[in-house]
Amino acid sequence: MIAAALTTQDVDQIFVLIKHALLACVPAALQPIASAVLSIIPILVAFPLLFAITTVLERKGLGRMQNRYGPNRVGPAGFFQPIADGIKSLTKEDVVPLSADHAVHFLAPILLVIAAFLGYAVLPIGRNMVLVNLNAGVLFFFAVGSVVELSVFMAGWSSRSKYSLLGAMRAIAQMISYEVPLVLASVVVIMQAGSLSLVTIVESQSGYTGIFPHWYLFTPWGIAGFILFMIAATAESNRSPFDLPEGESEIIAGYFIEYSGFKFALFFLAEYLGMFATSSLAITLFLGGWAAPLSFLTFIPSYVWFFLKLLVLICFFIWIRGTLPRLRMDQLMGFAWKFILPMALLNIFVAGLWRFLPAGPLNSIRWLVCIGVLAAPCIVLSFSLKQKKKLLVRTYHFAE
Amino acid sequence: MIGNGILKGLAETARNFFGSYVSKDRLTTVQYPEQHIPQIEATRDFPFLVYDGADWESGMRCVACQICEKECPPKCILITKSTDKKPDAVGKPQFYPAVFDIDISVCMSCQICVEVCPFDAIKMDVQFDLPTDDRFGGLLLDRHKLAKSNEYYHQIHPTEATAVDTALAAERAKAAAAKAAAATPKPAAPAAPAPAAPKPASSTATPAPAPVAPMPVKPAEPPIKPLASESSKPGETK
Repeated sequence: MIAAALTTQDVDQIFVLIKHALLACVPAALQPIASAVLSIIPILVAFPLLFAITTVLERKGLGRMQNRYGPNRVGPAGFFQPIADGIKSLTKEDVVPLSADHAVHFLAPILLVIAAFLGYAVLPIGRNMVLVNLNAGVLFFFAVGSVVELSVFMAGWSSRSKYSLLGAMRAIAQMISYEVPLVLASVVVIMQAGSLSLVTIVESQSGYTGIFPHWYLFTPWGIAGFILFMIAATAESNRSPFDLPEGESEIIAGYFIEYSGFKFALFFLAEYLGMFATSSLAITLFLGGWAAPLSFLTFIPSYVWFFLKLLVLICFFIWIRGTLPRLRMDQLMGFAWKFILPMALLNIFVAGLWRFLPAGPLNSIRWLVCIGVLAAPCIVLSFSLKQKKKLLVRTYHFAE
Repeated sequence: MIGNGILKGLAETARNFFGSYVSKDRLTTVQYPEQHIPQIEATRDFPFLVYDGADWESGMRCVACQICEKECPPKCILITKSTDKKPDAVGKPQFYPAVFDIDISVCMSCQICVEVCPFDAIKMDVQFDLPTDDRFGGLLLDRHKLAKSNEYYHQIHPTEATAVDTALAAERAKAAAAKAAAATPKPAAPAAPAPAAPKPASSTATPAPAPVAPMPVKPAEPPIKPLASESSKPGETK
């Protein structure tokens, strides 16, 4: 009966409707607080759950890429592995180094998780499903994202260990370097949408030509921006091939080496939450947010599309991790400042060009011009930055 | 082209990913508790004590000479020599180990005890999955736990066990012949050169070491025969 009465629109808005129904039971004075709590709880449940699913997917996927099984013992096909991991990390001893700065050492993981969660406040997960529709949402997201660097520094410094300090140093250098192209890559979308509000950005990408959507990905500056954004996001979330801060072979686990038990799990959680948050931002900016990819698929609820897109990006992250080896520190920095940054700046110029070149019958010319302006410097830069091998004849002075 | 290497790498990992679901040959992992890799014959893990015949206590080859205890590098063997003598499988009175303990949590599987044993009494087992929830008592094997039949030895190391049996049989035949020659020099003299032939023994029926009782392990019958029949002979002469 009820199921029959539900239209697709109701299914799409089911969480919003439930929230309103629950709010009606609360006295009017408490409604603002109740509304906030009711919006926060789903975020606090959904994304850690996604983290649990991602860990098992990642371990199984990486295993398969290396022709292994991956975890397959706990539950059906090993899918209850995160529960076992969680119980294990909860029951482990919490070791704090004797000479550590105890207060800061304790606060670092908590601050990190809080910072990782704050970014979700402005992300629209579905139609009408956003915690706060800030008119400076993108700005808020990046501002909160840089708190991660502070907590990484707190963790690295307070542990009083050379490995964690080196790891924190690397992590901060990397995060600051890649935050610049990350922001610059998203500037193009702000220019086009004319708003910093993520809800407005999603709305500006709604609408379809035929069956195809108006995503910013389907413009020359959009696709370049998306690629640059994803590279910077990979580096920002410390994932392979940019996982120098936790390079196992040199500095064991990086800035969180002195953490054990549940605090270690919190670092792990925050890292994945950061990855989901930047991926969600990429979806919102370039992939139409919660919008369906084809016009006849709009009957599927918006939040389903959002999480499907997020899963696709996560799978791509896992694929990249299974493929690429870790970069060297100088390669990492050179890549950020000599290649990504100029390309991001150029992309802003191209977005302006796209805006002022005439559309309509000359659309293909507009495409060609924009692609040419992007591709030529890309090729020139990548060839000129290619390190030429200098082979010298080695002489052994004491051998003769 | 730029990024060609990355695309090639992505294609390779994708091929691995889907290939591992299609062809089982790609997955070389052995799912351990359910699957086992077939062991090679020379596998060795922890020592055990060999006994002849059906009864582990009377048939034990060990005579508590304590050489292995002294030679053991990590000192994991503890032997207490008996004060009395008991007849061994052959019937000859021998000292026996009143206590023979091996702490397999200390044992490093070096096989030195096996190499120094003059009686072929200690050999290497192939049993490696010995988990226990009692990390002190459960890993300290006493002589009853260590005692394994000669048939078991034949089953796990057939070539080695046959060689040992042949050597033992030859030695005992030689000893018996020498003894017989000393006792009655004239008639036994022609029998002495016959090295390992157990023919004369078969005629003299033996009561003591009865045919081996059916063991849980499948006995490798042929190599056992000469020893059983051979052992009967000195017993009779004694």
